[in-house]
Amino acid sequence: MAEKMQLNEVEVWDGNMAAAQALRQAQIDVVAAYPITPSTPIVQNYSKFLADGYVDGEFIMVESEHGAMSGCVGAAAAGGRVATATSSQGFALMIEVLYQASGMRLPIVLTVVNRALAAPLNVNGDHSDMYLGRDAGWINLCSYNPQEAYDMTLMAFKIGEDLNVRLPVMVHQDGFLCSHTAQNVRPLQDEEAYGFIGEYKPVNSMLDVANPVTHGVQTEEDWHFEHKARQHNDLMNSVSTIKKVFAEFEKLTGRKYDLLHKYKMDDAEVAIVALGTTVESAEIAADRMREKGVKAGVLGIRVLRPFPFKEIQEALKNVKAIAAMDRSAPGGTFGMLFNEIGAAMLQSGKTPVLLNYIYGLGGRDTTIAHLTDIYEQLDRCAKSGKSEYPLQQFIGLRGPKLSFY
Amino acid sequence: MSSKDIKELGWDELVPGACLFSFTEPVENVVDLTMDERPYAPTNSHEASVGDWRVEKPVYNRDLCIDCQFCWIFCPDISIISRDKKMIGIDYDHCKGCGICVEVCPTNPKSLLMFPEQTDNEEALASWPEKEKK
Repeated sequence: MAEKMQLNEVEVWDGNMAAAQALRQAQIDVVAAYPITPSTPIVQNYSKFLADGYVDGEFIMVESEHGAMSGCVGAAAAGGRVATATSSQGFALMIEVLYQASGMRLPIVLTVVNRALAAPLNVNGDHSDMYLGRDAGWINLCSYNPQEAYDMTLMAFKIGEDLNVRLPVMVHQDGFLCSHTAQNVRPLQDEEAYGFIGEYKPVNSMLDVANPVTHGVQTEEDWHFEHKARQHNDLMNSVSTIKKVFAEFEKLTGRKYDLLHKYKMDDAEVAIVALGTTVESAEIAADRMREKGVKAGVLGIRVLRPFPFKEIQEALKNVKAIAAMDRSAPGGTFGMLFNEIGAAMLQSGKTPVLLNYIYGLGGRDTTIAHLTDIYEQLDRCAKSGKSEYPLQQFIGLRGPKLSFY
Repeated sequence: MSSKDIKELGWDELVPGACLFSFTEPVENVVDLTMDERPYAPTNSHEASVGDWRVEKPVYNRDLCIDCQFCWIFCPDISIISRDKKMIGIDYDHCKGCGICVEVCPTNPKSLLMFPEQTDNEEALASWPEKEKK
């Protein structure tokens, strides 16, 4: 049995250390990993824990991220608790296998430290990799700071391994802004954390030799459609398990999470909808706007998949102008959040002004000033009741202003 | 897995993860069971006929066979039927007619030969070649 690590009530951890500690406490059977900036320290810390006797499982060094996720799929199908971490190009290389993991219903936990996709090569944060994998059939949890990276990683195991879910889970955090920024983190002690997650229960494992099973079979047109429908159904219905696990975690730690992170949304007339560390910056900008008498709020998406469609409609029902903030190169269309929030609002029967801001690509700073500018634009739209600005604008870009539609 | 044909199952009846099971019950002693004694599940590939597209078939001549078991070892589709290390026939539901068994057969003349699919086995045995003279 692995050694227990004595943790302080408050530790100073960056997002990577927070995620690595959560992986250690989950007592994973197999981690297959290939390090990549900015998620390298997760597996680096984890392998040191293993070398020092704090981890009982296996660490597989592989030749690529494709191999890492393939190793994870094999180990999970064999019946083990499995996790890994990646970023950007490595995530892109895993893509093919990410679909295998979700289709085979293997509750692998993947910590994604979000980073821009090349070219041009860039090691800094944006959400291009998160957007690339959003349809891969995984549950997607988003954390905005190291404490949340720790909490979400612990909860990811409990959510994915629930017998009603059995789906892989990604936990996102922003490259460098979260992964390399040390903050106070209140961890659980090892036994408490493991007790919360619980022992792993394998389902149809390949190492159960008395019940031989073939995983991820070929199906063609005969039942591929039915199989994908079941996978989608179970992913959509994982909301109840996610809420249940969030509630159990709140009982244990006092830290409350929901599908959406709402900040001053009760009476908000203008709102920024965002993912990642920008949510916390937007909260400061919202406070400043409130001092000026603007009813500003922030809506952070905590669970990106399954997408909280109804909850978003409810949260934004009285908002007059919304900024959908997309930190990913839009690639010839609007950002994902703009499209998905637009769909939710259209179905709700409300017609607020909805603008799409493309920001922070490749690690470009997004400041409180940028965010207050956005609130001021929203405020003007809310007062006039119509869109006063182009639908899609690029924020913090050098050169002439760039906008579309 | 339900006893219904897999093509008739609705989305809510499928086993999550595209899992197919080999047997209908746990099998601890599978190596001691011959193929016809095993509780194959409907999803086991043994239950599917995959010999339909064969154009040539191996025919087996008991009189010449020395039970060396080469064909049994080399057959990629487990289509050589063997009992107590004695060759007793060919599983034509699964044999795809690849000809490897004939290739590895060491007797003279070979005790396994490929014939066109439509040839009657009795007819094939009657036309078996003589031993080659040295």
